[in-house]
Parts: sequence; structure tokens; C-alpha cells
Amino acid sequence: MIDMSIHKALHSNAGRMNLNVDLSLDMGTFTVIQGKSGAGKTSLLRLLAGLLPPDIGKISVNNTLWFDSDTKANLSIQKRKIGYVSQDYALFPNMTVWGNLQFAQEKNQDSSALNELIEVMELGDLKNIKPQLLSGGQQQRVALARALVQKPKLLLLDEPLSALDAETRRKLQSHILKVHQAFDLTTLMVTHDTAETIKMADHMLIMAHGRIIDQGKPTDLLSNQSVSGKFQFTGEIVAIQPEGVISIVSVLIGKDLVRVISELNESEGLSVGDKVLVASKAFNPILKKLE
Amino acid sequence: MDWQPIILTLKLATVTTILLLIISIPLANWLANTKTKLKPLFEALISMPLVLPPTVLGFYLLIAFSPNNTFGEWLDQWFGLRLIFSFEGLVFASIIYSLPFMVHPIQAGLSNLPKSLSEASYVLGKTKFQTLTKVLLPNIRPALITGIILSFAHTMGEFGVVLMIGGNIPGQTKVASIAIYDEVESLNYGLANNYSFILLGFTFAILLTVYLVNNGSFRRFWK
Repeated sequence: MIDMSIHKALHSNAGRMNLNVDLSLDMGTFTVIQGKSGAGKTSLLRLLAGLLPPDIGKISVNNTLWFDSDTKANLSIQKRKIGYVSQDYALFPNMTVWGNLQFAQEKNQDSSALNELIEVMELGDLKNIKPQLLSGGQQQRVALARALVQKPKLLLLDEPLSALDAETRRKLQSHILKVHQAFDLTTLMVTHDTAETIKMADHMLIMAHGRIIDQGKPTDLLSNQSVSGKFQFTGEIVAIQPEGVISIVSVLIGKDLVRVISELNESEGLSVGDKVLVASKAFNPILKKLE
Repeated sequence: MDWQPIILTLKLATVTTILLLIISIPLANWLANTKTKLKPLFEALISMPLVLPPTVLGFYLLIAFSPNNTFGEWLDQWFGLRLIFSFEGLVFASIIYSLPFMVHPIQAGLSNLPKSLSEASYVLGKTKFQTLTKVLLPNIRPALITGIILSFAHTMGEFGVVLMIGGNIPGQTKVASIAIYDEVESLNYGLANNYSFILLGFTFAILLTVYLVNNGSFRRFWK
């Protein structure tokens, strides 16, 4: 069980922000943190890791006190035994992939754990390469492997997949899920991606202005927003073509161009470049599996 | 030609550089990380030799180390150290004189490293010392090399400080720059030219090395 109840005044470019977090999480859960940038997601992870000291409050993990401002208890970063992957991965440029993993080893830890991780993360061919020469996805895998060398109970991931293309992303999501289960981890991950949240998380926190404004099962939380008996998408108008009594409005939704028929009086108020909501009742949508 | 001044110069520069490296790494690391409000004070003190006439530094060291003074007497009695007109004194003065040349590049190198590197190391359970030696220093190798070479070259070129507290004792304090001055005073222009030319060549070679290193031209040799 992770229990935290903390307050921290943060100073950012946008000015002062008060981070107030009351949170308790069961061990073994996969929790996703969502929220706009500047909402305090990264700070929450850093507080938990010990990289940012809270002003006031208490953090305890599995009944061990990590931080308590009353008794001035503060377990050092080194002793928290956390797996942490920062946004920039922070791989050590002076060491090879193997060197990075080896550096993470504890004293007297044998290298069988390293070999296991190399295998799970499919890093065998990259062992002797310096991190600068790796692609983003490969660096991500190394960072994840390195974070797991000491067999932490808690894994903190700060937007680990945001810089990657869709396919690499999907692969790494599976990797992360695999290690989450195989190593019996409690994982907290910051992400902006709703699909990723639904795929990976058991629990979801939504943060805004330094507070957790909502939490629960991702499908429950997200269904209020976007999943219902109708489809609705937001997009941008790229063209309006009058055709007699109607106009054909081309809307770019994500990467797809959709043509929507609109009545003339409706489309009069629209112009190219407008952001619009496209909604439709969907009684019998077609679901087709993609390979 | 008497090679002793040249050898003494190289010996002084080598000893000074080694000691400076040992002193400057913790000092630069502290400066790069400290949040104390006194930081500008320390930075100003360390940078003083950049602008202060060497004779001023030499003068005060001469006063401080003189066995007629309390501090100088204390050093003499407790450590048997006489820092004026001795090689040890030259080393001490050179360390102060070349301190900014070693501290500045190392401090800049450490400050420019992303914070996430040291954080990642701490999260992996490594101490500050392990992080410094295994992660931070290896990643600022060009800064370290710049510091070493500049301090070495700067110590080789010092004159005013040496003249003030070292004097002109052959084999003890008569370094090349003093020897040149000495020979010119005695109108031995030929010998002065020999010393000067050696220093000129040496200094050029050293600075050339700095710029080659920083351009990455040497990187393929030590990979």
C-alpha cells in the first residue's frame, strides 16, 4: 500500500503552484496519471522517488515510513529502491548498454538478472553499443531494463513513450505490461494517451493545478468523457464545397480525412480552419480487427 | 645551456596541476551544486587571480609566509614549512594563481550535464561519490583535459608571483621565466632567446592540444 499526503509549493515558469496530493494505492496496481502539462504529474513521481522533498506531509510505502515532515524522517533516494525512468531516459553516455545495466547492479548481485533483462527487453544485439547511437525506442528499452536491475517493487515512468512512433509505442506498451506482471511491480506511469491508459492501467488519476481531481477505473472515468452510444470526434475543417442545397465539408480527424454533408444554412457559419465536433449516433458500427 | 630552469618549470607545473586537480574537483562540484547565497563570494575569490596583478598576490603571500609573522612562524614550527624562497612555496602560490583555470572548466562541465544523469544514479542507489567518479567526471572529459592543460600552461608562464616569493635560487625557485629575465639583465640575449623559444614552442603546443581536444579531433584515439 502506498499512502501519501503531501504539500509542496512549486515554482515554475507559470508562477507558483501548490501541489496538494492525497493518495493511496494498492500494491500491484498499474496506475496512470493524466493531466495537462504543468498539472504536477512529474512532480508527483519525483516526490515519491525522493528527488523532490515535500514541504509538509507523509509518505509511507508498505507500512515503511519514507517521509514525515513532523518527525523529519526522510528515507534517502538511494534507499527507496525505486525503478524510475525519466522523460529523457538519462542513460549514461560514457557506458555501453551493458555498462549501464551493470552500473545499476547492487554489490554482490550476480549478472544472471542482467542476462534475464537483456533477454526480456530484446537487447542482446545492442549490448556493446553506447546509448547515443540507439534509436528512441531502443534507449527506452535500455532505460526500462536499467530501472529493473535492482528488482524494485515500485516502478515510476514519466511519459516513457511520448517521443516514440505509434508502432514502437505499441510494442513497448506490451513490454511494460509484461514486466509489470512478471516482476510483480506497482507501476505509476504518466501519459497523455487515452488509448494507452485504457490498454495498460487498472487505475487512473487525473490531475489539474497540483491536485488529483478525479480517480478510478480508466473505463469508468473515460466513458463520461468520450465513450457512449454515439461517436464523437474533434477535427479541423480543411475544405467546404457547396453542392446545390448542401455543402460537403471535409474535416481532418487525426490523420483521417472525413467528408460530412451539411445543410447550407448550417455550413454558413463555418470556415476553413475551424475546429469542429463531428458526432453521430452509432447503432450498428462495424468492428473489424486490424493486423 | 643550463637545462635546470626548464626542468624546474616542468616539475613545478606538473606538481601544481596534480594538486590542483585533487583540490578543484570537489570544489567545482560543490560550486556546481550549492544553493548557498555565499556562492558569488567564493566564485569571486577563486577568479581573483584572473585579474589581480601577480605581484599583488606574491606580495601578500610573501608577507603572510614570512617567518617573522605569526602565520609563517606557526607553519615553520608545526610543519617545518618555509614557504618563501622555496619550491614548496612556489607550488602553494601556483595553486592559488592557477585555481580559476582548473575550477572554471570543471564547474562549467558539471553544470552543463543534465541533472537527470545524477538523479538516475541516485535512484539506482549510488552514493554521491560513486556518481561523481563513475558518471559525472567521465562525461566531462573534455572539460577536465582543458582544465589540466590550461593550469599546466598558466603555471609555466607565471613570473610575478615567483619573483616575489621565490626569488632566484638555482634548482629551487629559478624557473624558466625568471631565468630569461636574469639572462636579459646580464645581457646574455642568446641564452634568453633559447629559454624563450623553448617556452614559446611549448606553450603553443599545449594550447594547440586544447583546441584539438575540444574540436573532437582526438576523440577517435581514445575511444
